[in-house]
Amino acid sequence: MSLLLAVDTSGALVTVAAADGDSLLAEQAVELAARHAEHLAPMIAAVLVEAGRAIDEVSAVAVGVGPGPFTGLRVGVVTARVLGLVLGVPVIGVCSLDALALQVAEWGEGSAGSAAGAGDLAAGREFVVTSDARRREVYWAAYRTGDGEPEPVRGPGVDRPADLASAAARDGLGQKGFGPFFGRGAALYPEVLTAPPEGAPLDVRAGAVARLAGRRVARVGGSERARGQEPVPLYLRRPDAVAPGARKRVS
Amino acid sequence: MSLVLGIETSCDETGVALVRDGRLLIDAVASSVDEHARFGGVVPEVASRAHLEAMVPTIERACAGAGVRLADLDAIAVTSGPGLVGALTVGVAAAKALALGLGVPLFGVNHLAAHVAVDTLDHGPLPEPTMALLVSGGHSSLLLVEDVTSTVTPLGRTIDDAAGEAFDKIARLLGLPFPGGPHIDRAAAEAVAERGEGVRSAIAFPRGLTSGRDLERHRYDVSFSGLKTSVARWVERREDAGERVDVPAVAASFQEAVVDVLTRKAVLACREQGVDTLLIGGGVAANSRLRALALERCADSGIRLRVPRPALCTDNGAMVAALGSLLVAAGRAPSELGLGVDSAMPVTAVRS
Repeated sequence: MSLLLAVDTSGALVTVAAADGDSLLAEQAVELAARHAEHLAPMIAAVLVEAGRAIDEVSAVAVGVGPGPFTGLRVGVVTARVLGLVLGVPVIGVCSLDALALQVAEWGEGSAGSAAGAGDLAAGREFVVTSDARRREVYWAAYRTGDGEPEPVRGPGVDRPADLASAAARDGLGQKGFGPFFGRGAALYPEVLTAPPEGAPLDVRAGAVARLAGRRVARVGGSERARGQEPVPLYLRRPDAVAPGARKRVS
Repeated sequence: MSLVLGIETSCDETGVALVRDGRLLIDAVASSVDEHARFGGVVPEVASRAHLEAMVPTIERACAGAGVRLADLDAIAVTSGPGLVGALTVGVAAAKALALGLGVPLFGVNHLAAHVAVDTLDHGPLPEPTMALLVSGGHSSLLLVEDVTSTVTPLGRTIDDAAGEAFDKIARLLGLPFPGGPHIDRAAAEAVAERGEGVRSAIAFPRGLTSGRDLERHRYDVSFSGLKTSVARWVERREDAGERVDVPAVAASFQEAVVDVLTRKAVLACREQGVDTLLIGGGVAANSRLRALALERCADSGIRLRVPRPALCTDNGAMVAALGSLLVAAGRAPSELGLGVDSAMPVTAVRS
């Protein structure tokens, strides 16, 4: 028996999941613009109760490392790192856009996606997932569909929607079907990027973070290999700070 | 027996400390001050990123240094305000992960009350009541402390710049590095050593809110904005006249104006409120002239002065662990796991 605890605070949702192997035991998500720090710890406790497991049964912690607004993003990352320390278990960082891309691919494979005409998600096609970067920009990353996990091909990056749209057009994305853009960023700027199809996932969920992390742990040959690799937030932007200019006169 | 781990991240110091039954076992601090120096002040996002990177290593360093395992902890205390939102958030999230992972109570505590509580580590229990003057880069407050675990009443505060902020701004004006306090203190001490005590009054800088109606209306408040402008004008006049600015004399006279006002107001509050113990805390309490003048004026008025050692005056985890330890000993209820940060947390709330 293993118990993977997954959290993501990179976007509009604070989300927590508990998984045992491929089996998702519990998942919760609340939509929050801010104050992620208040909600995450109680949600972890609630998800464990729902899963019928105790905190000391956790065998690995996974965390979405963004990109995302900094203050919220750090809540998930520091929580995961400290839980890893306290529980003595490995901590696995997953790009939050990778998790959202997995959700999109899974949706495309499902009946809901087929009904919505997710033809662009056929194997070998590229698509772009986006999230809200605020300041009239979006975080994005491009993926190629295949067997199972979508393969990252470009990004992650942060750009104005218009610049992302022209780069995507130049790279030959979005020429067929309903367009290649998914996620909250596309939903926010439908006039510049194409609006995501009805019912497609908009926000990353911890269950997808857990699925990706679980597969990666399995691939590298057990959780021990992941130990010691601290998950690092994908900030993608430098801090706002300017060195002071010349002194202003008071007289 | 209780072992409390305290976390402080309200500004640019990541502090983690362990206190067992009121005794400090270790105080581990990682500072990002060097990363802020070229900006002339603390950059919140730079501080927040540094807190995240320093958190786990600082917790590990504290535990290893004290020979304590995380599993031995009985409670976690963390600064939940006031301070920089992004910086506080890292500490609060880390503290909650510790409390959740270990199944121990969590205390979100007030940064200012923690600056008061830290002195119990050096000088034992606080007399009740105690008057506390807290002076740092972010705060200048005069507090009546009836019980540091429950009842703190603000009597006065700065109506503009904090005392430490004034030191930083004047240091920059004089071409001295950030943070300015130690450099101004040193320049002033050198001036006094070379030219005698008189250099402290070489330039007559103003003492805000100390006379007439200002004193009536702002009995225990302080103000450093007018002083700052006055120093800037003085320097500009010399520069415009093509004269050399006498930096040590300006530093000594400016510092004297700040510590004169602070000590005058603190002693006035003690006398009028009938309090016989004054505690000075916060980063500016490390200033040698503030300590000396406070000692002199307290002795004249029969007031006992308590000042923690300089390392405990600046922000650190020890102050938070000290207050956490006092809260545990007093049987105060812990905070909820839904604890949030409050960048403007009032000092009347010792615990959130």
